[in-house]
This record gives sequence, C-alpha cells and structure tokens, in this order.
Amino acid sequence: MSEHEHVLVVFPHPDDEAFGVAGTILSYTENNIPVTYACLTLGEMGRNMGNPQFANRETLPEVRKQELDNACSLLGINDLRRFGMRDKTIEFEDFDVLTSKVEEVIHEINPSLIITFYPGYAVHPDHDATGEAVIEAVKRLPKQSRPIVYALAFSNNCEVHIGPPDVTLDVSKYAEQKLKVIEAHASQTAGTIEVMKQQFNEQDEAVTDRLMKERFWTYRFDDG
Amino acid sequence: MKPIDKDLVQQQLNQRSNRPQYIHVETTNGAYASHKNESFFSAGAFLRNVELQYTIGKITGSGPYRVGLKLDGGWVYAEGLTDWTVDEEDRLLLAGHDHDGKLAVALQLSATPFRN
Ligand SMILES: [Zn+2]
Repeated sequence: MSEHEHVLVVFPHPDDEAFGVAGTILSYTENNIPVTYACLTLGEMGRNMGNPQFANRETLPEVRKQELDNACSLLGINDLRRFGMRDKTIEFEDFDVLTSKVEEVIHEINPSLIITFYPGYAVHPDHDATGEAVIEAVKRLPKQSRPIVYALAFSNNCEVHIGPPDVTLDVSKYAEQKLKVIEAHASQTAGTIEVMKQQFNEQDEAVTDRLMKERFWTYRFDDG
Repeated sequence: MKPIDKDLVQQQLNQRSNRPQYIHVETTNGAYASHKNESFFSAGAFLRNVELQYTIGKITGSGPYRVGLKLDGGWVYAEGLTDWTVDEEDRLLLAGHDHDGKLAVALQLSATPFRN
C-alpha cells in the first residue's frame, strides 16, 4: 500500500469514513502516507440523538463536529477540510461550484488516490451527489494526470450494474481501531456499537467481515 | 429534551403568538428507509427559517401530540410530537422520536433565525 503519496477522501457526512474505509485510511496513515479528508457537512440532519438521547436538532451539529475531530485523531488524519454545506442539501446545490471546490483541493494536494462514493449506487442523495462532483472534478484533469479513484457502492443490486468490487483490502490489523472510530461517532452509533462489539468478540461472520475487509470499485472513466 | 408537558408547551405557544417567529419543520423516515425495505415508501419535508406569524397556536392529543398554528392566511401543523425543550437561546424545540429514539418529526420556533 506504499505506492501512494497522498490520499484524498471526500464524503458528505461525519461517520461516512468510519464504516467502509476506516481500515484503509489507517493502513495509509500508519505508514506515514498523509490523508486529507474533505467532509462536506456536519450531518446536521442525523436522526439519532444519542442513546440515551443527549442531543437535539440544534445541538447536533456541534456534537458531530466534535465527534469528527475525535475520529480524525483516531484515524491519524491531520488535514480535515470542512466544506460548510448542509446535510441533505448537496444534490440541490450548484453542481459547478461544488465541483470547482473539489478541484481546488485536488490541485492543491495532488493526491495519487481519491476515495469517495460511487455516484448512482450509494443510496443517500448526498452520497451520490458528492461522488458525482468528485468524478467530474477528476474528469477535468488531463487523462494522464488523473489519480486513481476508489468508489464505494452499497445500493441493493448495485453489482448487477457495475459488477463486483475489484479491490478488496484486508484491514484485519485495524479492526479494533476501526471499532473505536465508529464508537467516536457516539451520537449516531451508541446502541449499535455495543451490539457490533459483542458480535465481533463472538466472531460473528457478517460483522467480522465488515470490520476486516474493505471493498472498492476502481472508477472507470467513460472517456478512457 | 424531555417528554412533552402539554400545559408548559401551550404557554410557550401563547407567548409566541402574534409576533414574528422563524420556523423549522421537518418530517423524515431517514434516507435509508427504502434501502432497508424496498417496499417502504419514503417521504419527508423540510423547511427552515421561514418567517411567519400566527394568531392561534395549540397543542392537542394525549401523546404523541399534535401542534397546529393558524396563520393569517394559512396553517402549519405537525403530529407525532413527543419531546420538548426551550433552549438557552429561548427557542421552542418540539420533536417526535420513534420507538428506536430516532427523530421522525420536528417543529421549532425562534424569534431569531436558526443557524443555517
Ligand atoms: Zn453518509
């Protein structure tokens, strides 16, 4: 995994980095490969308020901001860029403005790898819109200087359309750290994290697999 | 937030009537509802920082509660409300949490705009 010099992760919500990619991120940062995380919103519209409840609609943004800071330190991410957008509004924003903003970050840090959502196959409208803007930003680069894009898809039946993921990373080494990252997003994961931990200790297959393997689709640009 | 006290919420609604208020209204099943259950029809609506003024504001029901606001030329209402608070910025926050504690509906009033 040392082939990369700088990795850019682009997601709309605090906690998007926890479930599907925390192990991969750790595999880079633990090898001193810097990871920049562009997180578009504060997850203001989350429906979970903690368990037991400790947040409300108006306190949630600040709570989640803090949770993301904690998650980033657990992940070894030193460069967090907040885009200051609002949860659930990404698809309604000016697409060009968002794309240019992503483009600016790409120009600045010149990543060799970008991780984002697979547009059209990432379930949440914010996920799809984010992936779409990232793909468009990369498309604007000359073909020969485009970074690799690892896209995350999880919509039902997505494999019928885009095939199986072509990249599977074994991140079992980081499973316990990954659990801590998930736990850092307490307002959203309290309650479920206890169950996950228990299943992990009992070596439940689904949970173990989820913590130990991370899967991506290398995005293939239609213009070659 | 705490479980709704109908009388105290009614007092709050009375105090805020006939004066400009900013409103936040939200209903949601969550963005994953149709993903987890493909036969589920997901629907929701969201309004934030719309300025309005109401002449009558009432809380009804025996829990979960309903709140209706009669405007000069229209109406606002929400149902399924379970919890409330008045925060340190003197905003009235009403929310309905489902059986798993997830927010399903919110109706909030403030004399000053909510942070965007
Ligand atoms: Zn998300």
